[in-house]
Amino acid sequence: MNKLKNKSNVIQEYGSQIALVFLLLLLSIISPEFRTIQNILSLLRQSSVNGLIAFGMTVVILTGGIDLSVGSSLALTALLGAGMLKGGVPAPLAILIVLIAGIVLGFLNGVMVVNGKIQPFIATLVSMTAFRGIAMIFSDGRPISRLGDSKLLLFLGQGQFLGIPVPIWIMIILFLIFRFFLQNTVIGRDTYATGSNYKAAALAGISIAKVKYLVYAVSGFTAAFAGLILVSRLGSAQPTLGSGYELDAIAAVAVGGTSMNGGRGKILGTLTGVIIIASLNNGMNIIGISSYYQQVVKAIVILLAVLSDSNR
Amino acid sequence: MHIEMTNISKLFGTNQVLFDANFELQDGEIHALMGENGAGKSTLMKILTGVHQKNSGKILIDGKEVTYKHPIEAEKNGIVFVYQELSSALDMSVEENLFLGREITKKFSVVDKKAMCATTNEVLNRLGLEINPNETLGNLSIGQQQLVEIAKALLVNTKVIILDEPTSALTDKEVDKLFSVVRLLKSQGVSFIYISHRMEEIFELCDRVSVLRDGRYIGTKKISDTNKDDLIKMMIGRDLGNMFQKEIIPIGKPVLEVKNLTKHGLFKNISFTVHSGEVLGFAGLMGAGRTEIMKTVFGSFKADNGEIILDGKRINTKHYCPGDAKNAGIGYIPEDRKEEGLMIEKSIKGNIGITNYDLITSNGFIIDKNKENDLSKKAIKELSIKCTGINHLADNLSGGNQQKVVFAKWLYTNPKVLILDEPTRGVDVGAKQEIYSLITKLVKNGAAVIMVSSDLPEVLGMSDRIMVIHEGTIGGVINKDVATQKNIMTLATGGTINE
Repeated sequence: MNKLKNKSNVIQEYGSQIALVFLLLLLSIISPEFRTIQNILSLLRQSSVNGLIAFGMTVVILTGGIDLSVGSSLALTALLGAGMLKGGVPAPLAILIVLIAGIVLGFLNGVMVVNGKIQPFIATLVSMTAFRGIAMIFSDGRPISRLGDSKLLLFLGQGQFLGIPVPIWIMIILFLIFRFFLQNTVIGRDTYATGSNYKAAALAGISIAKVKYLVYAVSGFTAAFAGLILVSRLGSAQPTLGSGYELDAIAAVAVGGTSMNGGRGKILGTLTGVIIIASLNNGMNIIGISSYYQQVVKAIVILLAVLSDSNR
Repeated sequence: MHIEMTNISKLFGTNQVLFDANFELQDGEIHALMGENGAGKSTLMKILTGVHQKNSGKILIDGKEVTYKHPIEAEKNGIVFVYQELSSALDMSVEENLFLGREITKKFSVVDKKAMCATTNEVLNRLGLEINPNETLGNLSIGQQQLVEIAKALLVNTKVIILDEPTSALTDKEVDKLFSVVRLLKSQGVSFIYISHRMEEIFELCDRVSVLRDGRYIGTKKISDTNKDDLIKMMIGRDLGNMFQKEIIPIGKPVLEVKNLTKHGLFKNISFTVHSGEVLGFAGLMGAGRTEIMKTVFGSFKADNGEIILDGKRINTKHYCPGDAKNAGIGYIPEDRKEEGLMIEKSIKGNIGITNYDLITSNGFIIDKNKENDLSKKAIKELSIKCTGINHLADNLSGGNQQKVVFAKWLYTNPKVLILDEPTRGVDVGAKQEIYSLITKLVKNGAAVIMVSSDLPEVLGMSDRIMVIHEGTIGGVINKDVATQKNIMTLATGGTINE
């Protein structure tokens, strides 16, 4: 009886990881092309942009919030970076400014949520619309390209280290940092507590306001970082960059088993969700399933993942 | 309706919560069901109404064996469970709530508002309630909401109503109203199963009482044949002894001074001092502003005026928040542990951790899992929290054990002042006594304790001095030696006492 219980706990606890293993096995059996190392690496590299955004999204959702503005923040900060590079600002400085700008944009969401007492969905819907609009105004609706040949910028999106593309390294390193903060630090506990019961958290002396400023700022930061990888890969930035990315990120978080009510979830789950979605995209492309059907399959996978999660 | 439940057993997973329990309800009686939290009262009633399924045993209703698979089935057969936590749509009207899920409709499923309002009026009249059917439910007092819930039961042809702790959130006046409604319905042939911890109510209202302990049936008695001590003995399996275990502790220096604390619309000119080694009781009617005063002292509400002085140092109330209060050495145990005291879906460990970062981190930032586990193990042992271990979810603990977890959150922060808001509400007698001895231990170690409570025997038994709050102002202060229930109530209702 007890053993049985443990078993079902393991399935619950690592449900999305088990699902990922099955998915990878299935796709590998079906398609010899899928199972090449080259393909797996490119799959992971493709997933890194959604991965970074989803990490930031996870901490926001853990507090019981949501961040719809990530795609627009990504576009706005990417254009800012591209503009600076084109104007001759040295790449390290431009990159730094882009990341700070991401934090600032995220912080604005925090201010709306905390000080304006606006529900996160609405607050970030406002900023999603506003940031996209500002990106359009800033670029006059046109892409910014010919960004010079900064090695650092190219390295971010196109470089390799020990044979593994740099975006994957970035994703792994950020994953480890997020995991450490969420599992092993006071800030992590405060984040979970805020989503779990904000009244109890406040009465335990936790500053809910600080936690919220922080998570939205983090989400802005990861969106900007993801934007840098995109700009590096594309060699340009355009005002429509990243539209719809918020939904991919939310889907990955949901597939990873994080509760949309906040308080429960893991960054490992999100990483798994990101790779599940990327594998589906990649695998179905290789097998040659039409993109119309792909959407339906993705929807079914998300539905199944959420249904099988007893935490929902 | 005659109900007979025999040899009912129930397991949740491997955890057996009922062992061959019995219960019998006669036609037209008010039957109290008593027992400590976790004794299995609610589970037994949920089995009767089909919320849970029994593993073994028999349920006979009017001689026929029945097993309800769903509460709706029980409801159709005349048995209605009115839950402790009301399950109403607060944004909808009284009438809409009464007919939720069983609306009267005309053609094409169009609701017949007129017919429903008429029936609502009829039912409310039958109960002698003056409530407007169109009023939004959330605008009614908790007591009125409770009565609406009972009115809901009358819409179907109900013969048995199960009330689970119906008075835990009601004012005295509302309790009186509830009782008169219960008696009225009894005279109309409705039976009641009344789950409650409150002895006074049982003796005032009920005809017979059955007691469960640890999932086992202990016995049934006529109310006229038993007394309070007898019932307590049945419930906890031993004599209670001295409930409060109040000890004489020398009162030390002043720790917390509050001067002219005011928050417009809630309370004004509240001044008091609490000393090391002292329990300062706060009595008053519900809604008198006691909780608001305490939340202001703790920094959760902002004061409009006044001073808070801790250890002789004035606290800057401008940017004062609970975090500052905690760092200064003030702890606060809120009145509603599920809403404000606990993260219900987290473990004991997770709950205790968030107020004790100093103890579970090595540098104030990175959590040391060993220290964290040890702290929770220590708490479970020292407070004898009944659980399966540090990872036991707070939600699955009994009320008394949940409250002990909330205490544990603050105990190890070594507070100079600990504010307790209704520390034993919804807690069974055994756990109550343990909480009182915790309070005594705290003051013995030099802490100052402020205890807000509506339980007068508790206020009288534990306090050194009693502040009585009346409509947001200090009605008076009474010393322990001269305090009686009567003079507390006089001050609480705005009267004066001559000493």
